[in-house]
Amino acid sequence: MDFFVLMLAIPLASGALLTVFGERDWAPNLNIIASLGTFLAAAGLTTEIVANGPRFAFGEQFFIDSLNVFFVALTAFVGLTTSIFSGPYMRNEAEHGRLSKPRLRLYKSMYQLFMFTMLAALTTNNLGILWVAMEAATLTTVLLVSLYRTPASLEAAWKYFILCGVGIAQALFGTILLYFAAERVLGESGNALLWTHLIDVKGQLEPTIMALSFIFLLVGYGTKVGLAPLHNWLPDAHAEGPTPVSAVLSGLLLNVALYAILRCKVLADGAIPGDFAGRLMIGFGLFTLLVAAFFLSRQKDVKRMFAYSSIEHMGLITFAFGMGGPVANFAGLLHMTMHSLTKSAIFFAVGHATQKTGTQLMENIRGLIKINPLIGWGLMLGTLAILGMPPFGVFASEFMILTHAMKHYPWATPVLLLGLGVAFAAIFGKVQPMVFGETEAKRLPHAPAITPVFLHLGIVLMLGLYIPPYLTRWFHEAARMLG
Amino acid sequence: MSASIPFSAQLINLFAAVILLLAFAMLAQRRLPQLINLFALQGGALCLATLVAAVTTGQVHLYYSAGLTLALKVLLLPWILHRLVRQLKVKGEVEALINIPTTMLVGIVLVMVAFNVALPISELSHTITRGTLGIALAVVMLAFLMMITRQKAITQVVGFLSMENGLFLAATSATYGMPMVVELGIALDVLIGVIILGVFFFQIRDQFDSLDIRHMERLKDN
Amino acid sequence: MISISGLLGQAFAILLALVLAPLLSGWVGQCRAWLQSRTAPPLLLPYYQLQKLFHKDVVLAHGASSLFRAAPFVVFGCMVLACAIIPSLSTDLPLAPAADALALVGVFGLARIFISLAAMDVGTSFGSLGGRREMLVGFLAEPALLMVIFTLAMIAQSTSVATIVETLAHRELVIYPSLAFAGIAFTFVSFAENARVPVDNPATHLELTMIHEAMILEYSGRHLALIEWAASLKLYAYSCLGLALFFPWGIAPGDNFLALVAAIPLLLLKLAIGGAFLAGIETINAKMRIFRAPEFLGTAFMLAVLGLLVRLLLESRV
Repeated sequence: MDFFVLMLAIPLASGALLTVFGERDWAPNLNIIASLGTFLAAAGLTTEIVANGPRFAFGEQFFIDSLNVFFVALTAFVGLTTSIFSGPYMRNEAEHGRLSKPRLRLYKSMYQLFMFTMLAALTTNNLGILWVAMEAATLTTVLLVSLYRTPASLEAAWKYFILCGVGIAQALFGTILLYFAAERVLGESGNALLWTHLIDVKGQLEPTIMALSFIFLLVGYGTKVGLAPLHNWLPDAHAEGPTPVSAVLSGLLLNVALYAILRCKVLADGAIPGDFAGRLMIGFGLFTLLVAAFFLSRQKDVKRMFAYSSIEHMGLITFAFGMGGPVANFAGLLHMTMHSLTKSAIFFAVGHATQKTGTQLMENIRGLIKINPLIGWGLMLGTLAILGMPPFGVFASEFMILTHAMKHYPWATPVLLLGLGVAFAAIFGKVQPMVFGETEAKRLPHAPAITPVFLHLGIVLMLGLYIPPYLTRWFHEAARMLG
Repeated sequence: MSASIPFSAQLINLFAAVILLLAFAMLAQRRLPQLINLFALQGGALCLATLVAAVTTGQVHLYYSAGLTLALKVLLLPWILHRLVRQLKVKGEVEALINIPTTMLVGIVLVMVAFNVALPISELSHTITRGTLGIALAVVMLAFLMMITRQKAITQVVGFLSMENGLFLAATSATYGMPMVVELGIALDVLIGVIILGVFFFQIRDQFDSLDIRHMERLKDN
Repeated sequence: MISISGLLGQAFAILLALVLAPLLSGWVGQCRAWLQSRTAPPLLLPYYQLQKLFHKDVVLAHGASSLFRAAPFVVFGCMVLACAIIPSLSTDLPLAPAADALALVGVFGLARIFISLAAMDVGTSFGSLGGRREMLVGFLAEPALLMVIFTLAMIAQSTSVATIVETLAHRELVIYPSLAFAGIAFTFVSFAENARVPVDNPATHLELTMIHEAMILEYSGRHLALIEWAASLKLYAYSCLGLALFFPWGIAPGDNFLALVAAIPLLLLKLAIGGAFLAGIETINAKMRIFRAPEFLGTAFMLAVLGLLVRLLLESRV
């Protein structure tokens, strides 16, 4: 069977299955097995694309090239490790009485459907379906964020729904405008929303309409990326939802939303003379980076703090893609990968830490290294990695972004350095006493899954020291597609 | 000077204007049940506009789109919302954060902004109903205004749906319809969204004893 | 060019206005009574009242100045002029160049100023209260009315009422969405200007809420008769203006005698329907607090502006 069909069918089918049988004892294992199946299918698809080049699926509705297959592989991988992590984590939550069986069922089925919507959004060729899938991803995660049904989690989910709903409505308007522009060139054949057709005629699209359309798309999908000033939902949703959800939100959903912007940017670049789209993204990126960095130092909740850290990195990545060109795009893609892996690893570690100490307030979390050295070291190393310490991979990508900015946008360098510096001081100063320090916490009933944490960090470390040549080729290929 | 626009386009323009008028009426409406009725009316006007576009262009998928609008926006969603209001025993009064005349003035300014933004695009359009794009944008902005100035969760949802109406207007009248599969997907998302929110309302009321979102301001950056 | 038939038509229109205006008020009162399941007053009641008032002696307040005595005549004159330049039967009106639509608003404004001044002239508390309220309403209603007229003037490319009506009445059918907005705004303004229910209630003398009645408390005899007549003329003028602008079908073009004759029953029919509509609106609405009046008129203004904007956006190439 086709790898691509398998990759979409497995999460959809298992999501449906888990809706029915989600309360059975074997359900968590099914969750993991399904994620594993998705990952294997994605890996198969990746090798196929790397070997044979781009392909279509379901007529022309889906299109996979080296750019999105890269995101697909990342998504399926983090999806797999998160499902492994969430097994013991959710069992511990149930043991603590925070979640009932129906809630666990809801969690598992929504998790799989969420994976499905993200993979669909990544692989679709139709910008309309991209929108539909993004909206569907919002809906599934709204249910995931409100899983605990506490006032705080409901509030977070409500904010998430309303803000992202409004944001994504803007994106729909942008999509309509894009269609409006495309229809003038491609006619009413129904191909006017297909990216592969649009890319051929991008030079003929009306610049005025495209400019307006891109603004709406950037603001709309940017809300989901967490670009300031529309980032308010993000810290709440990350802090109040279950930790595995925070991990996939930060590690995957933000990436998918950014991917949507990138696809549209390629079209806008072709249509609008001058570097209009790039400048917009540079502006939004820098602003986001600064806002997030200064909010970081005020945080007391550990998940909130790392949520702001995600916003900060998304700002940095947006900035990188805004600069454009092969080097900056390469750096942006690399940083996206590094951030996904590192941030989800951090959330895994944080999840276990908060479960052990029973609180998310950083001042009450102390001495992790004594409770469980592995979690302590995992958090410490993850933090060092995300702060861009060598030899981790984040250092490599941040270094590339910085040097490229120095060369082409020297005025932006002090801003970047300021943002990164403030973030460094804030996060390091807060994580250090959490890891080292005195404590008397109890053991957890179910042993935490440490493997995903160190697996992610291991990969990040490896990529910091050595990027295999086939991976470099693949990244270059993807970066080239972004122009 | 009058014959340059065909009659069907005039009809679509008229319905678009009615949709805009209803958006303002919703902004001014103080009673919740009436607000939902206005929303249903807006859906009706949208349905008619789509129907006229369908008859004019003869595109089959626009008929489906009109039918979808009728089923969803005129019948199903208002019915769900009315049921929710009754079951949740929400007080009928809509409470506004800013008083209504001020909101209306801001609304006028938004309409001007929207029209100004849309004007250059309208000139480029080859469809005869190009003006509707500006109206659609104005409706979206007015709905957005309604969402940020109202306190009840349910009013925000009506605002959200009204925004969707504006977007559909843009899709059907200004561009004569997006591909069918996209429209179906959008409709499905909206429907699921409202069902999820319906469930949500009950939980919010259980947790906060009210649907007033003023209670939901605990999450802050200290 | 002023033709004989034009002059005759003009004279006839004024005469018709003078005769029909009290009848319209009576008709509205009768419809209201029916809708509220009351026994209706006779249709000709306003005529009886005018007759009665004209036969009574005038009682003047002690402090009344000549302004107080002149005001009823000025107001009445203004209303007759307004009725003269609003095309009710034909667009061929020799007096029409005397005032375009903007000046028409001015004529109404002049009448308002005089009646308010006269109300304050005597120095009673109710008089100045009513005068103040009247100015508040006028202050808000006038811009809305002007906006409505601007919209129409943009369509007709002229501010002359006769030209506007001619453009609207004698063209092939074109839907102007902007007219829908303008029409609603105009209805709102008419209610406020004619002291009808959502803003004022002509049937009561409730001191907390009355506007128009508070101003004319001190009048008696033929002065009161003139003011009452002027009030019904104003209602007639607004009705004719509304009908002419938004339902202009049947108004005779130029000096076509046959069309003029045909226009009379049509006008009567339209006025009857309009009056019934007015009564219906008055019945289903409650009088709003005086503080809500600005909001009501603000809405009217807003709608008028929207009409203008819609006109600019949708119909710019029409």
